[in-house]
Amino acid sequence: MSFFATPQSLHFPEVLPLQSGASLRDYHLAYETYGTLNADRSNAVLVCHALNASHHVAGVYAGQDKSEGWWDNMIGPGKPVDTDRFFVIGVNNLGSCFGSTGPMHTHPDTGEVYGADFPVVTVEDWVNAQARLLDRLGIAQLAAVLGGSLGGMQALSWTLQYPERMRHAVVVASAPNLTAENIAFNEVARRAIVTDPDFHGGHFYRHGVIPKRGLRIARMIGHITYLSDDVMNEKFGRQLREGLELKYSTQDIEFQIESYLRYQGDKFSDYFDANTYLLITRALDYFDPARAHAGNLTRALARATAKFLLVSFTTDWRFSPQRSREIVKALLDNRRRVSYAEIDAPHGHDAFLLDDARYMGVMRSYFDSIAKELQA
Amino acid sequence: MTDKAAMQALARLVPPGSRVLDLGCGNGAMLDYLQRERGCSGYGVEIDDANVLACVQRGVDVIQLNLDEGLAMFDDNSFDVVLQIDTLQHLRNAETMLRETARVGRTGVVAFPNFAHWPNRLSILRGRMPVTRRLPYQWYDTPNIRVGTYKDFEVLATKNSLRILDAFGLQDGEEVRWLPNARAGTAVFHFEHA
Repeated sequence: MSFFATPQSLHFPEVLPLQSGASLRDYHLAYETYGTLNADRSNAVLVCHALNASHHVAGVYAGQDKSEGWWDNMIGPGKPVDTDRFFVIGVNNLGSCFGSTGPMHTHPDTGEVYGADFPVVTVEDWVNAQARLLDRLGIAQLAAVLGGSLGGMQALSWTLQYPERMRHAVVVASAPNLTAENIAFNEVARRAIVTDPDFHGGHFYRHGVIPKRGLRIARMIGHITYLSDDVMNEKFGRQLREGLELKYSTQDIEFQIESYLRYQGDKFSDYFDANTYLLITRALDYFDPARAHAGNLTRALARATAKFLLVSFTTDWRFSPQRSREIVKALLDNRRRVSYAEIDAPHGHDAFLLDDARYMGVMRSYFDSIAKELQA
Repeated sequence: MTDKAAMQALARLVPPGSRVLDLGCGNGAMLDYLQRERGCSGYGVEIDDANVLACVQRGVDVIQLNLDEGLAMFDDNSFDVVLQIDTLQHLRNAETMLRETARVGRTGVVAFPNFAHWPNRLSILRGRMPVTRRLPYQWYDTPNIRVGTYKDFEVLATKNSLRILDAFGLQDGEEVRWLPNARAGTAVFHFEHA
């Protein structure tokens, strides 16, 4: 049994300039907090979320079954990131569809739903918005910023944009930028959405429809890349969905894996927004802190002063260990303090959300050491 | 070779304030000691999950890597001292790693079990591979896949143009400078690249 979480929201009337040159104003950020901020406001941990997650990081909503936060196994009382010692903040990013201002909300200038007119937001923009949330919460410096996958990119970006505002950065299953193959997967997902006749150039809200077909396919391809070949084989193999006889049909579901992917796609298309999917995958594509330094990651990370923990998973082929090692190398080149654990887990990219004793042990120990610093 | 006297004997080869890379750092005890007692900084490199965890627990920075994959992550001369304490004998590419140690560090310290220690010689004379406190394994389950002697290392160091700054044996935590190849269970070399 987990604890109860309460979503909150803050309104920001002021203009947020975006990396693209556009801006947002009159926006809301949805967030949750767990634990208690200590007297000297030094025990705050910010958790950044990945593609399809939200500010609901841990705990459950009262009266709602199966409403555990997406990192409930990691964060909570007595968990590796122990909310008895840390004040943990989860924040929903701009452009998302879980509470913060996004493409389904009203544009303050036009009075119309943003739709496709919601500006492109980047990892750096998200970090700037998160920094404003910390200002409002009265937190000058975080004990740690923590994230996995796209959330890890935000944690890394935090150390470059606001190096003085955190003491530790924990970057899990992440990368310093996306590879061509990774951008390619995102593009296939985006084309599936954009070519859905119900997409209407991103203004589907006006038409009272949802491009569910595109969303389903986007989720199916994404899901494949989050798993490993071994795990998929172990879970589904060549199992047929019904009986032992082949149907000799090209369109019916034949194999269990097909059924599973369709189920995942259906579920996703019921709750996720198509424009949000485009925005967030673009933010992933664009993230590349080395770009302003002619591709030199070492020079890009020279600004970072935080102590780092990086974790990767051996079977993660979407954010492979090699990509985490690039970050480690850039930090070593800059003589920054860094630890790196490469967890031999079978679950592919998804491993960062799952329980693995070695992974949980390293996270727990690292946050224990942060907690000890707080007492010193 | 985790006893404190041996650790202190090796730590004396590391100047105070050095930036240290400890290859095969185990549970991080050596780096912890160097950081606390000699004001050093640096990182351990480990492959074993339990050892990585132990390092994180004691606050020693550790990088989880398989040394047999090389040290590409580390720049030339980026450390004052690179340690290889009881590591060399486990490496498939021991010579490459020795060169890498010399490339990455301004100086290197290598310590490994000396197979020419007299009890080992006696055992071989009796026709059996040695099993001792220092070498507690049977020939068929030993992780020590590189079996070398103090003298062998001198030859390897010369072949790789390493300048030996100091060399001695270690036995029961004491330095052995007279006939170390016969009288010490552990060989210690402190070197720099020429």
